[in-house]
Amino acid sequence: MNSSQLLGISTLGFLLASVLYIGALIFRARIAGVIASGVTLLTFIILTGGIGLRWYESYQLGFGHAPLSNMYESLVFFSWSIVIFYLILELKFKNRILGAFAVPFAFIGMAYASFAKGINQEIVPLIPALQSNWLIAHVITCFIGYAAFAVASGLGVMYLIKSSSQGNRTGLIASLPKLRIIDDIIHKTIIFGFLWLSAGIITGAIWANSAWGTYWSWDPKETWSLITWFVYAATLHARFTRGWTGKRIAWLAILGFISVIFTYFGVNFLLAGLHSYGSS
Amino acid sequence: MKKKKNPFIAFFSSVKLTLFVLFMLAFFSIIGTVIPQNKPAEFYIETYGNSMANIFQALDIPDMYSSWWFSALMILLSINMVVCIMERFPNAWRLITMDNLQTKLSRLEKMGQRRVFSSLSPPGETAVKLGDILKKKGWPTTEQRLDDSVLLFAQKGRWSRLGVYIFHLSILIVFVGAMVGSFWGYKAGVRIPETTSIDTVYRFGDNKAIKLDFKVLCKHFKLTYYENGAPREFRSELAIIKDGKEVAAKSIVVNDPLTYGGLTFYQSSYEPYGKMLVRISNNNTGNSKEFLIRPGEEIPWPQEGISFGIINKKSTAAPGHFDYKIWFKDKKSDPATFWMEEDSTKSFERPEAKYTITMKEFFATGLQVTKDPGVWLVYAGCISMILSLIVAFFMSHRRIWIHVRKAEKGSHILISGLSNKNRVGFADSFASLAEKIKKEF
Repeated sequence: MNSSQLLGISTLGFLLASVLYIGALIFRARIAGVIASGVTLLTFIILTGGIGLRWYESYQLGFGHAPLSNMYESLVFFSWSIVIFYLILELKFKNRILGAFAVPFAFIGMAYASFAKGINQEIVPLIPALQSNWLIAHVITCFIGYAAFAVASGLGVMYLIKSSSQGNRTGLIASLPKLRIIDDIIHKTIIFGFLWLSAGIITGAIWANSAWGTYWSWDPKETWSLITWFVYAATLHARFTRGWTGKRIAWLAILGFISVIFTYFGVNFLLAGLHSYGSS
Repeated sequence: MKKKKNPFIAFFSSVKLTLFVLFMLAFFSIIGTVIPQNKPAEFYIETYGNSMANIFQALDIPDMYSSWWFSALMILLSINMVVCIMERFPNAWRLITMDNLQTKLSRLEKMGQRRVFSSLSPPGETAVKLGDILKKKGWPTTEQRLDDSVLLFAQKGRWSRLGVYIFHLSILIVFVGAMVGSFWGYKAGVRIPETTSIDTVYRFGDNKAIKLDFKVLCKHFKLTYYENGAPREFRSELAIIKDGKEVAAKSIVVNDPLTYGGLTFYQSSYEPYGKMLVRISNNNTGNSKEFLIRPGEEIPWPQEGISFGIINKKSTAAPGHFDYKIWFKDKKSDPATFWMEEDSTKSFERPEAKYTITMKEFFATGLQVTKDPGVWLVYAGCISMILSLIVAFFMSHRRIWIHVRKAEKGSHILISGLSNKNRVGFADSFASLAEKIKKEF
């Protein structure tokens, strides 16, 4: 058994869980939802094992490092973060329907990592710039934030679907949680994500200062993370002081996540900068 | 009567302005990520054409993050924060320090969380019992005896109201730190060939020479590789020489710089010369000399009457690491050849004397030099940002009042509660407290 097998199984596991969650939502089949939660939890354990094993394997290769060092490893960790965040949300709010809007992100992350062109799955040693303990702190803080924002945008979509067909008391729409509840979870999720994104930007700045002697250089990756931060900061101000709720916050949750995606992928693939090692 | 606000204050204290500035900053920041920054003027002309390049220069696009208009947005955001803090803080301070026992009794009947109970004991006795229950639950009370009733009050987390102010102040502290760094600090670069020292560094941007009051010596530079050919480590052995004495030394790598006298020296690049650095010592005479040689050259050392050269090289098991074949001749005997490992020392016996030879590839190390007296403000601001954000988001000011008044039989109890945040969570803890009180009476 090696780590890539475990990660492969996890990809399939999240696919199955996504299908089950969506099935449970469409057919209002409670039992499918329960199975979906079980599959998600089991897959999460397998994925955790896979990440741990990959870490161990890197030591076997003679240059051990945490599996957080390139696009492939970060995508896997992104999926891991989305799932653990979602599982806690499911436990806290006792609602499985959220799964249909969250777990597919984890599947997409894993599938993209495994099948997209130009993503190197090999375990490679760390170049000098990445040899720092800040690597772990920076990547973990950023991706917990990203995971929360992914779930918030999924919930934003859920909110918009539900609110655009208010009055429809039957079928699919009626089985979604109440608008007020979705709105509340979106808000709390964004707050959580904002805290971690702030920590991610700060750990990145401290790391940059210890490696290059500059904590902020307006490199495209840094700038995009700040743009994302501005978007969520504006969202929080709009809510706290101007009382924005509902559709507007749902749209901002989606806009914010588009900015996250661009920070994560767009910068690596479309723009040049200091973070270029993240692109393969 | 409401006081009319100064229009200046009204404008700068509005959150509409905050939203506007945040979205503007987000939007305009995109420009500098799409158009490469700080390139020479020719780059913009070649890439975007003459007229576009002129527009860019007029708008400071090539260095937009330090342009007047981007700075203006940041200043606007800062003024907005300062005015908002000044406008709102007095009220927050009043809420933190106020005497809640002076709260009007009529307000208690309108609060979000309310329960009513009755007790058979008179108000005084009932209040003592209630005080004990609350204390056990972690709500120590203060009380006020009124004519025929008692008012109890307890609160938690009142200082959490400061969180949001400290957060915004922390952002301002980071800005101040950044300004201190840009006014009194600089970033420079310097190249130090191995075994030599420098006392001047060259500022980035204008290349101005900055003289240091000490020398930086690069004793040794070493580059190692992974088996796949990727660089593993750039390592420079640096020493600080002041008044001819070594006062500090450190082996630096990327991510682990040397700091001395307010300056920090970072490993940033290196430069190979295609030459070898060779030191030869005659152990008998004690003479020793350093040479820079190219492979294939014959180098004489007339004082000692010898000459030598490097005539071949071969790979070793370590990637990027070679063995070199040395050719050595002195006055009397036939020339000798032997292999030696790069960056090593070898001694060998000749009829006339014993020699020691040290050899390695010759490099210059490239250092970035940073002076930033503001960085500690930036770090302090950052830490305070995270802590205050946790306080602002996850802690709330919760207040509970209990009014016990005389009833026909015993007393009438009204419990009211307020929380400035997380009302759902507070409703739960209020309910559990009410449940406990209900059980006791």
